[in-house]
Amino acid sequence: MSAPHPSASPPATGALAIDHLSISYLRRDRVLPVLTDVSFHIEPGEAYGLVGESGCGKTTVAMAVMCYLPTNARIEGGHIRLRDTDLTRAGEAQLRSLRGNRMAMVYQDAGSALNPSLTIGRQIAEVYRFHGGLDTTAAMDAAAAMLETVQIADSARMLRRYPHELSGGQQQRVMFAMALATSPDLLVLDEPTTGLDTTVEAEVLDLVARLRSKFSASILFISHNLGIVTRMCERVGVLYAGRLIEEGPSREIFSTPRHPYTLGLTRCVPNRIMRKDAHRLDPIPGSLPPLGLAVQGCVYAPRCPIARARCREEDPPAFVSGERRVSRCFYHDEVSGIPRSEEALPAIGGESAGGDLLRVEHLSKRYGAGTNQVVALDDVSIELEAGEILGLVGESGSGKSTLAKCVVGLLEASGGEIDFAGRPLVRLGDWRKPELRRKLQMVFQNPDTTLNPSHTARRILTRAARLLSTAGSSADVERQVTALAAAVQLRPHHLDLKPSFLSGGLKQRVAIARAFAGAPALVLCDEPTSALDVSVQATILNLLVDLQTKERVAYLFISHDLGVVRYLADRIAVMYLGQIIEIGRAEDVFSPPHHPYTEALLSAMPTIDESEGARIKLSGTMPNPANPPTGCRFHTRCHRFLGEICREREPPWQEDGEGHRYRCHIAPADLEAAQQEAMSRPAKDGNRPEAEIRA
Amino acid sequence: MGRFLVKRLFLAFVTLFCVSIVLFLVAQVMPGDVGRAILGPYATEVQVRALDHQLGVDRPLLERYSTWLGGFVRGDWGSSFLLHRPVASIAFDRLYNSLILGGFALLLIVPTSIGFGVLAALNYGKWPDRVISVAGLSLIALPEFVTGIMVLVIFAVELGWLPASSHVPSFNPIDWFRQLLLPSIPLMFVLFGYISRMARTGTIESLRSNYVRTAILKGLPRSTVIWQHVLRNSLLPTITVISVQTGYLVGGLVVTETLFNYPGIGKLVLDSAVQHDLPVLQATVLLVAVLYMALTLFADVLYTLLNPRVRLAA
Amino acid sequence: MPAPLAADRPDEIMRVEQKSATQAIETNLAPGRAREVLRALWRSKTFVIGLAIVLFWVLDAIFWPLFVPYDPEGLVSPTTLQPPSAEHFFGTDDLGRDIFSRTLAGARPTLTVAPLATAIGVAGGILVGLFTGYFRGIADDIVMRIVDALLAFPLIIIAVLVISILGPSITNVILVIGIVFTPIVARTVRSAVLVERQREYVAAAKLLGNSNLYIMFAEILPNITGPIAVEITIRLGYAIFTSATLSFLALGIQQPSPDWGLTISIGRVFLQTAPSEVLFPAAALATLIVGVNLIADGLRQVLEE
Repeated sequence: MSAPHPSASPPATGALAIDHLSISYLRRDRVLPVLTDVSFHIEPGEAYGLVGESGCGKTTVAMAVMCYLPTNARIEGGHIRLRDTDLTRAGEAQLRSLRGNRMAMVYQDAGSALNPSLTIGRQIAEVYRFHGGLDTTAAMDAAAAMLETVQIADSARMLRRYPHELSGGQQQRVMFAMALATSPDLLVLDEPTTGLDTTVEAEVLDLVARLRSKFSASILFISHNLGIVTRMCERVGVLYAGRLIEEGPSREIFSTPRHPYTLGLTRCVPNRIMRKDAHRLDPIPGSLPPLGLAVQGCVYAPRCPIARARCREEDPPAFVSGERRVSRCFYHDEVSGIPRSEEALPAIGGESAGGDLLRVEHLSKRYGAGTNQVVALDDVSIELEAGEILGLVGESGSGKSTLAKCVVGLLEASGGEIDFAGRPLVRLGDWRKPELRRKLQMVFQNPDTTLNPSHTARRILTRAARLLSTAGSSADVERQVTALAAAVQLRPHHLDLKPSFLSGGLKQRVAIARAFAGAPALVLCDEPTSALDVSVQATILNLLVDLQTKERVAYLFISHDLGVVRYLADRIAVMYLGQIIEIGRAEDVFSPPHHPYTEALLSAMPTIDESEGARIKLSGTMPNPANPPTGCRFHTRCHRFLGEICREREPPWQEDGEGHRYRCHIAPADLEAAQQEAMSRPAKDGNRPEAEIRA
Repeated sequence: MGRFLVKRLFLAFVTLFCVSIVLFLVAQVMPGDVGRAILGPYATEVQVRALDHQLGVDRPLLERYSTWLGGFVRGDWGSSFLLHRPVASIAFDRLYNSLILGGFALLLIVPTSIGFGVLAALNYGKWPDRVISVAGLSLIALPEFVTGIMVLVIFAVELGWLPASSHVPSFNPIDWFRQLLLPSIPLMFVLFGYISRMARTGTIESLRSNYVRTAILKGLPRSTVIWQHVLRNSLLPTITVISVQTGYLVGGLVVTETLFNYPGIGKLVLDSAVQHDLPVLQATVLLVAVLYMALTLFADVLYTLLNPRVRLAA
Repeated sequence: MPAPLAADRPDEIMRVEQKSATQAIETNLAPGRAREVLRALWRSKTFVIGLAIVLFWVLDAIFWPLFVPYDPEGLVSPTTLQPPSAEHFFGTDDLGRDIFSRTLAGARPTLTVAPLATAIGVAGGILVGLFTGYFRGIADDIVMRIVDALLAFPLIIIAVLVISILGPSITNVILVIGIVFTPIVARTVRSAVLVERQREYVAAAKLLGNSNLYIMFAEILPNITGPIAVEITIRLGYAIFTSATLSFLALGIQQPSPDWGLTISIGRVFLQTAPSEVLFPAAALATLIVGVNLIADGLRQVLEE
């Protein structure tokens, strides 16, 4: 047992020292505390990760460090020191000389962070002009050199480009170029890869890792993604409701958490061995306390499985234990013994009824005409059995959503056939028939727009029940609404609320209930959990699994999160630039031989439960869908590029005779050998030289 | 860029075609009996029919329309009933006079309004912002005839500094102010309201954008942030507002030119309307529409040229 | 049209963090959105002042017969063009009518014409905007061309044109303003519909098999009431402005009505000797329009929040 310690870290020596920082927002006449007594230090050259779910105060920490808090924020106490400067006391002029010079920041959505009407070159050169004292030409040269450093090719031409001409990954690289231009002491990264596609995210993270060896900056890395933080940082702090509840080396903190919340976070994400039919996800019960709620005792106590009377009365101090581990939990020794929740696994619904529920054949969808034509779907064929979950993965622009919309009849396909439950669907009108509507429904991505903001949950479900179910009288309808709400674990009082008063998770439950109003045979799930925090995601995924087994429904589950798809799906289809490039049983798709693109996606996946493997770096950016590459569409980025054949000829389907097929010129045996070899190879510094991969 | 221009031009022509149809319907079909509408209730039936024949309104609708539109395109706009002069020459004379008056007002008020709008935005929520916003809001609210009468009373009648009735000025700059200042004040008031508001809104939006945050966090001096990062983006939407408001300026010209007895196109529209001088009315209104379309087209092109996002995509 | 004003300082971070925190409340403690809006409006000085001014004139328009000392249309004094006095607070006009009574009574014609015209324009605009925005396609293109065509004429010009042909009357003024407003309102509604129809709840409603009419009126319309409310107040201001201008140009309400625009038009001849015949109605008109604009502004600020 370790002794409580008033301040977690030793006195300020590091590059950044935050001590007892408390910040509140003033809203109307109320004072809402967002950060309470947060302390952590970052050593020179160290990368420190800050994780937590949305609303926990991560961004406020970042903005406090940059001294860019909103006008209604008030620092209630504590200090932020950058080396020897107390930032909480710095004046405007001093800040100006610090910002962009000794401390710099890169944040989410680089597209809006760059000035749309100035060239890239000018925006980077500004930093050199104001902080380096260079004249315009010298600054431009320096900017060009910096672009090379962040691996943007053809820097001279890039300097003259405007932000909107760059891809998302390139924009983020430019942000890094700007931030590192003056070789700052501290680099604040606030969700720098959120919103980027998996492979682009991997590239940007690789870049950060590489830049770290070149620049000596300390890094404050803020993310909601535990896997990314584990990969990028030496130490991690976990924020919950404005308090730093645990801190420690990143490798240890998630493998042996010493705070129940950290443990909860790791348990609600599916790991690589978990499957829906064998393991249940372990969501954290309850929800984050609302901002400004006065809490007595430990903030986490209401949701904690090991909370006792003491936790509800006393605020736990920071307990220092072992090598630089800090936990604000009285019973941090017991955390490792917390069992997984005992919730029963759903009874597996037996084998599927057999026979295809959905057959999509040679489906194509084109937008526009002439030279502007974009082929969103090109010769897509998939099949789905009753009661089966087909995971559909691919990056943005791959055509996943277009496919879903064509299947449910929100878009009219340009060619090909869709057969559903034994009947062909051609024109949009075919979908309008009530008996079909009942069987085919969809759950959408964005909880904020999926429900009509001016209707109550009850009205939404009543309308669905009336249109979809066979219930006749209004008493029947009412009964059914109650049953639906119960099935998705909505409490009765939720029904009378409008969506703006429901949390994201609750909104998604209403949306799921709406889709299940008429005993569907197939529900299309378009990234239903991507906008949710991990603990909420776990509840929704559990719910979807329960409903699937109970109602014997099939899902076409679209996601960019391979971890979720692996956990959930029986079969998986991978899309790239409007084509299905691989489809098969989940375990087949996830193990060699598989398509090089699938291989790259898998290696790009950040996880917390395995040691760093060799990562594949894809070259170039996603080609323009209006002008897809010839031959194999993936050849422009493929790390297993063979040569002319890939460029000129469309690859054949490689089939194993058991339903697993992918499109590639490489013979399955060769591919398998190469991929097995790549997986067993250890990583060097987290990534390998490009030449080796291209070879 | 070229494609964009062609498309925009094409749309403008389609719109103008629609305008001409609407106008023709209003002027020629709505009255039912054109001759009667012109001559009034006391003319004899014979007189009315004679006029109808002379105007050609006893011919089929489509033929009348094509004759009229064809004439307009060729520059043959017929001749005025009352002034017995070719409509085209009257209309262009008057248009020229109005352009001088409108141009004078714009030249003075556009920079002023933008300046005050930006000033208000930079002092968001503080007293300069309040004062400018309330002033703008009140000035929009005052109809031109109200402000026009006020300035007339004060500066022409009471103080006698400026003439109550304005003429087209000579080339002497002092004369510009002498002749044009009073009639342009009501126009400027309304313009000030709209333009300063738009400049303010655009600037506030830009100040809140992520790219301005980036600029501040780069440690750039405040002046650089404002001139390079804020204004460059915030004033773009103002261009559109200026062009639209300039188009509506013509509405204000009707009032102010009447009030100050200034021989411009607004007064021509009103006079010809009141006196049922249909050829003049039709042609001048169509001319106003053409002018408006040209203005918005110009503004669109300017906007495109200044905005790299659109420029490079087009 | 000026773009919507944004509400508060940059506080993006705060908004995001507070939003997610408040969203996590599982039980409903907060009042309804409508009540929230009303409360915010009540706090908005701009809105409250505007409302007070407009309410004053609305009450005056209804109840003026109770307050006026003289018949506003009656020739009550043998002395014309009197300056303000205890007997005639605002003086008398060129015919010996009481200007105070006429100014109070003048609110009624204005507040009859403008709301009716606005109602026509808004009703038509909502219909056109909903249909074109929801269905898009060729019909939308054609309608939008016609809308553009109508917008190419300044309002005053088209009103002058039409009324000179149809003859001046209250009905014509109402109809012309209403019809000219229709495309303008339609544009606002259409762009709001274009945003809404992309939202997932509309797709979900289609998947349930709801009819297009149901989706337009029961799903989309309730969510665009904000921009419509703002548009209504803005249009009302314009309608007052335009009807007054038409009266001033002798193309609107006719003698002997105490309408403000008309009174100003007549009084301007006597400006030098008796400015009160112009000044008081002008002030009345200005306050009314400022009031309506303040409401529009307050509403916009609150709804943008």
